[in-house]
Amino acid sequence: MLQKRTSGMYESFVRSGRETHATHYCAGCGHGIIHKIVAEALAEMGLQDRTIMVNPIGCSVFGYYYWDCGNIGAAHGRAQAVATAINRTLRDAIVIAYQGDGDLAAIGFNNTFQAASRGEHMAVFFANNAIYGMTGGQMAPTSLAGMRTMTSPAGRDPGHEGYPMRVCEVLNQLKAPVYIERVSVADTPRIMRARRAVRKALEIQREGKGYAFVEFISPCPTSVGMDPVRASRFCMEEMEREFPLGCLRDHSEEALPRAPRASAPTVPQFFGQEADIETAAPAPDPAFRERRLKFAGFGGQGVMSLGVCVAEAARMERRFTTWFPSYGPEQRGGAAACSVVVAGQAIGSPAVDRPDVLVCMSLPAYERFVGLVAPGGTVVVDDSVPCRVAAPAGVRVVALPATRLATSLGAPKAANTLMLAALGRLEVTGLSRGSLLRALDASFRNKPALAEKNRALFAEAEAWIDAHPWGAQSE
Amino acid sequence: MTKFVKGNEAVVIGALYAGCDVYFGYPITPASEIAHAAAQWFPAVGREFLQAECETASINMVYGAAAAGRLAMTASSGPGMSLMQEGLSYMAGAELPGVVVDIMRSGPGLGNVFPEQSDYNQAVKGGGHGNYRCVVLAPASVQEMCDLTVKAFSMSFAYRTPALLLADGLLGQMMETLRLPEGELPRPETRTWAVEGTAETRRNLITSIFLDVQTQEAHNLRLQAKYAVMERESYCETYQCEDAEVLLVGYGISSRIARTAVEALRAGGVRAGLFRPVSLSPFPAEALCACAAGRRVLVVEHSVGQFRDDVLFHLAREGRRYQEVGLVNRLGGIIVTVGEVVEAARRVLGS
Ligand SMILES: Cc1ncc(C[n+]2csc(CCOP(=O)(O)OP(=O)(O)O)c2C)c(N)n1
Repeated sequence: MLQKRTSGMYESFVRSGRETHATHYCAGCGHGIIHKIVAEALAEMGLQDRTIMVNPIGCSVFGYYYWDCGNIGAAHGRAQAVATAINRTLRDAIVIAYQGDGDLAAIGFNNTFQAASRGEHMAVFFANNAIYGMTGGQMAPTSLAGMRTMTSPAGRDPGHEGYPMRVCEVLNQLKAPVYIERVSVADTPRIMRARRAVRKALEIQREGKGYAFVEFISPCPTSVGMDPVRASRFCMEEMEREFPLGCLRDHSEEALPRAPRASAPTVPQFFGQEADIETAAPAPDPAFRERRLKFAGFGGQGVMSLGVCVAEAARMERRFTTWFPSYGPEQRGGAAACSVVVAGQAIGSPAVDRPDVLVCMSLPAYERFVGLVAPGGTVVVDDSVPCRVAAPAGVRVVALPATRLATSLGAPKAANTLMLAALGRLEVTGLSRGSLLRALDASFRNKPALAEKNRALFAEAEAWIDAHPWGAQSE
Repeated sequence: MTKFVKGNEAVVIGALYAGCDVYFGYPITPASEIAHAAAQWFPAVGREFLQAECETASINMVYGAAAAGRLAMTASSGPGMSLMQEGLSYMAGAELPGVVVDIMRSGPGLGNVFPEQSDYNQAVKGGGHGNYRCVVLAPASVQEMCDLTVKAFSMSFAYRTPALLLADGLLGQMMETLRLPEGELPRPETRTWAVEGTAETRRNLITSIFLDVQTQEAHNLRLQAKYAVMERESYCETYQCEDAEVLLVGYGISSRIARTAVEALRAGGVRAGLFRPVSLSPFPAEALCACAAGRRVLVVEHSVGQFRDDVLFHLAREGRRYQEVGLVNRLGGIIVTVGEVVEAARRVLGS
């Protein structure tokens, strides 16, 4: 079939190394017609340079043989996900997704629905031929009831395969789309209307107004097993009964063009403000003995932030440090734990299997971890925890009334600050009191009143500790 | 300048310094902090963030942005990574760059959210259909979560194939001091191949279909030739290998545990060393063989020998046999302890 040149299409089509003037479509196929009216509209509106057409997988996988605009091939069903990305990153591009019914309404339906729901700026041209053409005539979501296909050989049975899916009507439930219309390319008057719909969808793109969806009832003589004339009649009589033509929505007058982007700082500017300017990178000090600490309790007791505080203090002294939390459902289930390593050189494992220091704020935490403490290590436990399980030999256990004291001082949530003070007084972190205090301050960077309060609690805890020599509690 | 951040946050910082234009993602533990940080920081510097409807969408969005010449990324874990494999194959087939971060969790199926390294084969062997290779980099610290994200972008654009950052839940969740990158990566040239909605790029075409069998074979051979060039760019790190009698081999978090085990072994009089591939694809095979020559080898991993099999494969060139490469591993989200590695190393040495 020789065609006269269509504007917006290449002059000749190169396929498999050969040059032809005929498309690869069968006689009477609707794809060729839709391609043509889309191409003409792009050319007449002067949009070819700016347009990126996302080609589907289906018979129109090779749309890019014909459309003289930017072309990208997408995976089966994913055209609107691909088009979404282009819309989000190239604001000046005119983005089009062209898809068949298997591609758009079966495998890719969620991508269609979500792109429409987000109101992506794109024109979607949907060729509904009620069948899978490319793969040889299988049932599509849009196949009519009773329609015989390779995978519904006895005819589509709605009781078994469901009813044909009306995509325009489904999308019309969504708020965001600007324009939804169903047209047909089965005869010349219908093609004229289809032309207008294509132009409208493209105008909406040119004006940056949003999501425009045009469904084309499109004949597929080969796969429905009819000659071209009967296939067109099938479209006009049977398909239009199921899929009535017409405009379901046109908000193009009211829709506002999208706002330009606000200016933003550069990446180095932004992170320059965010960064910790005072703290330099760690400095090697092989003489420093590595400390491995574990903090455990219930969520809400502040064991995680206590661990971060110790790690921050280590950073201030230019020590190497790691902090590793328990996470996921374990954390939400109530238990909370984190591991901190403080070292004078690059740290190997951040996991603390054998802690030197264990801070326990709950009974389950104590019972789970106390047996792991390394010889010579220290356990600091809230004195509300009954220590029925003995610590390993050579491990000292120190009970601190952290929760009681914090509550009596009017800050029941600050028991972790008292624990921090204890770690300082016990000299088990290798970090100075000053650094621990500075780290405590830093943890309340944005809440100066709380910083003040916690400093006071820290001092109270120290005073209590000094009045209660450790020997009394340890074993 | 430094910042104390989680590994997952460091990824986002690296991506932004690499010039990443857009992040697409879908929530999954233990990778979600990447999306959280991206949702905050991408818009703060005028870049795009979009939560996709699923991982098939997010990877195809990465594909779309890459096709349009943009720097794009996503991140996920186990189930989400499996969903992305078709998209990764399309990216490789269409020669599109982009970065995917896999914060590995325990599987198969839903598994749990705790660290494993069981996506090794999927990542390194090309988990989708067809003959293709991704760049796969394996960070072992918060610093590398950032720096190797930058590297992943530059290698991905240099070879025009997707790059994976293969990390795990522990690396993603842990905090360490991060030195911020010195500056931003220069923007890669994309106009020769991408479709950017301009007159200049209008005739470029992004596709992976070649119906003609000869053309499809030629396309495959061209990809292989490209991968052969890529093969020369592998990275590794060694620790205390010079006089080692036993060589521990591990990547990512396993290498951190192995490093502590090296110190523990040496403290106990055993001369241990560590070989750590930083790039898993391309694999630093020659460096490994050189390092392993004449030494007992013990692989530390959090999967069922997936990595050990590759170590063996590369050592086989030197005539090393299966029995000679030991394995110490844990599964299900349990981290191998230093004690277990030390014990296994002593066993391998027969002492
Ligand atoms: C993941 C995946 N599954 C299946 C296919 C095979 N496939 C290619 S096209 C197609 C259906 C095309 O039908 P439709 O979208 O209606 O387009 P038409 O060919 O009728 O224009 C299918 C199932 C594929 N390419 N990818």
